[in-house]
This record gives sequence, structure tokens and C-alpha cells, in this order.
Amino acid sequence: MRLARVLAIVLRQFYLIRGSVSRVLPLFVWVAVDIVLWGFITKYLATVTTARHSLVPALLGAVLLWDFLTRVMQGVTMAFFEDVWSRNFLNVFASPLSLAEYVGGLVLSAIATSTIGLLVMLLVASAVFGLSLATYGATVLPFVLVLFLFGIALGVFGSAVVLRLGPAAEWFVWPIPALVSPFAGVFYPLATLPGWMQGVARLLPPSYVFESMRALAAGGTTQPGALVIAFGLAIVYIVLAAWFFVRVHRHAVRTGLIARYSAESIA
Amino acid sequence: MPALPADATPPVLAVSGLRKAYGETVAVHDLSFAVGRNEIVGLLGPNGAGKTTTINMILGVLQPTAGAVRIEGLDLARRRTAALERTNFAAVYAPLPGNLTIAQNLRVFGMIYGVRDLTPRIDALLDEFDLRRFRDVKCGVLSSGEQTRVALAKAMLNRPTLLLLDEPTASLDPATAQDIRRRIRAFATGGDSGVLWTSHNMYEVEEVCDRVLFLSRGRILLEGDPRTLPAAHGKSSLEELFIAVAREPLALAAMAPHPPAPGLG
Repeated sequence: MRLARVLAIVLRQFYLIRGSVSRVLPLFVWVAVDIVLWGFITKYLATVTTARHSLVPALLGAVLLWDFLTRVMQGVTMAFFEDVWSRNFLNVFASPLSLAEYVGGLVLSAIATSTIGLLVMLLVASAVFGLSLATYGATVLPFVLVLFLFGIALGVFGSAVVLRLGPAAEWFVWPIPALVSPFAGVFYPLATLPGWMQGVARLLPPSYVFESMRALAAGGTTQPGALVIAFGLAIVYIVLAAWFFVRVHRHAVRTGLIARYSAESIA
Repeated sequence: MPALPADATPPVLAVSGLRKAYGETVAVHDLSFAVGRNEIVGLLGPNGAGKTTTINMILGVLQPTAGAVRIEGLDLARRRTAALERTNFAAVYAPLPGNLTIAQNLRVFGMIYGVRDLTPRIDALLDEFDLRRFRDVKCGVLSSGEQTRVALAKAMLNRPTLLLLDEPTASLDPATAQDIRRRIRAFATGGDSGVLWTSHNMYEVEEVCDRVLFLSRGRILLEGDPRTLPAAHGKSSLEELFIAVAREPLALAAMAPHPPAPGLG
């Protein structure tokens, strides 16, 4: 793997974002709006409930961390979609760039873009609603890491789906976080779910993060084993997503899909 | 392919037994040919003959059903990155991203191809292809002729040993096309590179190519010098020969004095 080739993908993304307001604003505007909206909902709920613990770290913290995961996923898929939208597959895949270097570039781009979103969310959440991630102590780092890894896995999986099914399939990718969130127990304890949904939740790394986060917000402690399971699962999903992408790419090379992606531009 | 002597330099491109089948449909039949150093080989044929399929297989974006592609002796299937570092291409159906400027596109692809001293290389290519004044213009707003020149500049970035050009002058006016042909000719003869060139402009092919391969229905039907081949088959021009290949491939195959020879002509 050659770093310069990985950085070329990151540089491409930097050029695109730098030169486009429509790419800069989504990095932080929607997450900031989300935090403001949920911040006020949280404040309102705090006045009408008798929750024993503060709703801010439990609810607003959940929104912040879930939005972070979503931004990570979209960071990968958006960088990939740039090649879809500009019909650039032939130029990219007929070059010395390896698949690992290409996906590595997408992931590095996602780190940069999702970090911007996270910083803006933290700024708004702390300045307006008094949320501090310090509430969760040092465990916030594994929280963020697990969500980051799972977001990468979803992003790579979503990119593979579009590579396999064509540009129109991006509409399958955008709702992925919304499909996962009911099972991940972002806003409620897993015990709220019926048995079969709890079974699915145990296979999802974010569910361990949000259960732990609620326990901490309620003044309890986390089970270190839970975060180890979450981390292990996230790694498994990364490996599965990478395997799926490689399989889809091989299929695309075998059937001529990659060449056809470009051919559509002159059809 | 005939075996090369142990001390011989391998051709820039050696294709042997290349075949691509989609189920029962065979797009390319056991194609074998080579491109030597300082040689420009024209890959000609009517639409659907298998030219782009062949080029896609040489570029590694389409997996052959059988056969091998070697670039400077490197097996593309086994040493893809090393082989493609020595290769580049320009095709009318693969413009560079329109949302980046020329300089940005050349920088990104220069990094992908591992070009050393990239900034002076980009500057030199901007001058060579008369693109200096468009340096910071997004490729999407350029005319098709200008976009073609950008694609050619990208194709030259890494000074490829094997240059693949799929109708490189299709969008250019005659004066610019002549200039581009002269530059590519100089590129092929000046270093140790070889060029595989597809075109439907027979005048251009006759002017530029050292050798042509006529493809029909995925097979090499004829091979030879574009300046002498028409007369050898009773045709007055390369264009007439092309039309005959497109319309009467079986009759021409029967007329061929020798079976199409694999390897260097």
C-alpha cells in the first residue's frame, strides 16, 4: 500500500469540499440543527417527566453519538459517490490504485469530515445545552471508537451496494442508519424491545454503546465486557464489509460493470 | 506467443490467447498480439468488433475468461499495480471529473500514478497540450476538444511505457488533431514506449500507425502495414478495406494471404 495513492483520494475530496458550498454546509449544518432540535426536546421533556437522572446526557448525548456514526458512514459513501456521480470509475480502477488504497482513502476522508461534524455538535451541545462528554468519563473514547468503526463498516457496505446495483441504488444507502437505529436502542433501553429485536440488537455494536451510555448517565457503571464485545463486533463488521466490497468489485471486473458505469455517460 | 530469447527485452504489451465470453456469447476470441517499443499499433474494426473489450481487459477493468496480458513482461493478473504503473490511457468515454480543475485532476492522478516532481511535470503538460490558460478551470466547462487534450495530458503524466488511446482525436478539429498526432508520434518514437490506438479515422491511422490489426467479431482478421495492406487485399484505400472488413469479414478472411500472425508483425 502506497500512502501517496491513499492521500490522492483524500486530496480529491479536499478539493471538492473546498470548492463547493453545497459540500461544506452539510458537514456541520444538519448535525447542528439536529442538536438544537433535540436539545429543546430534551429540555421540554425534562420539565414534564420525573426522570431520576438528567435527560441531557442520556438523550442529547445519544443524538450526538448517533449523528456521529451517521456522519462517518456518509463520509465514506459521499467520497465514493463522487466517483459515481462524475463517472470516474474507469479512470480510478484502471490505474495502479489498489482496492485497499482506494477504500483507505475513502476512510481517511470520512475521518476528516466526521471530525468536523463531531466538533460542531460538541460545540453546540455544550454551549447551548450544557452537555459535556466528560460526563461519561474516559469510556467516551471507546464509545466513539466503536461507533466510528461501525460507521466505516456501514459506509463500505453501502458503497459496495451501489457498486453492485448501480447509481440509482444510493437511495438504498441513505436510510441505512434509520433502519439500524430502532434495533440499536439509541433512545431507549434494549429491554423495551421485543425478544427478537433484542436478539438483533445484541449483534449490533452501537447497542452496547448506548446501553453503557445510559447506565453512566443514570450514575451507574459500564460493564467493560460489553464494550469489548462491541469493539469485537465492530471489527467483525469491518472485515465483513471489506470482504463484501472485494467480492462486489471482483464481480464488477468479471462482468464489465466498471466499464459500463463509464459507458452510461455517453449512452 | 513465440518464446523470447533470455536476454531479449519484452514487448511493452504482449497479449496471448485473450478471450472474453459472456455466457454463450463470445466477445473476444483467443486474441494474440504484441506492441513493440517505439511502435504504434492500430486496433481497428467496426462497432462491436471487440476493441473496447480488449482495451478494458488490458487495463485490468475487465477480467478475461482466458488468456494473459503482459505489460513489459509483467503479468497483469498477478502484478496489477506494477503493470499499470507503466500504463496509461485516454478514452472518449472516460473524461476526467468535471468538478475538478485541470490542475487538480492532474495532481490527483499524478499522485495515483506515482509521478515524481509532479508540479513541473504538470506545468510541462499544460504547455505541451496548450492548456495553460485553463489551468484552474473546471474540466466540466471545457469544450469537448479541450477535455480530450486534458485526458491526453493525464495519459502522459507518468510517461507510460504502454499508452492506450481509444479514439483520442475524435473531438478535435483537424489542425489540433494533426498536432496531437504529431506529439503522440514523437512520444512513441522518442522514448521506449509503445502505443495501442483505436480510431475510425483511416486517414489518421495511415498517418500514425506502424501496424494495424483489423478486428471483426472478436477475432483478428487482418494484420499489417496500413500503407500496403489495402493493395494486398485488392482495395484502393484503408477506408475501403475497413468497410469490407465490416461488411464481408468472411470473404476477406478467405482472401488473407497468410493466417493472422500473433506477436510482433
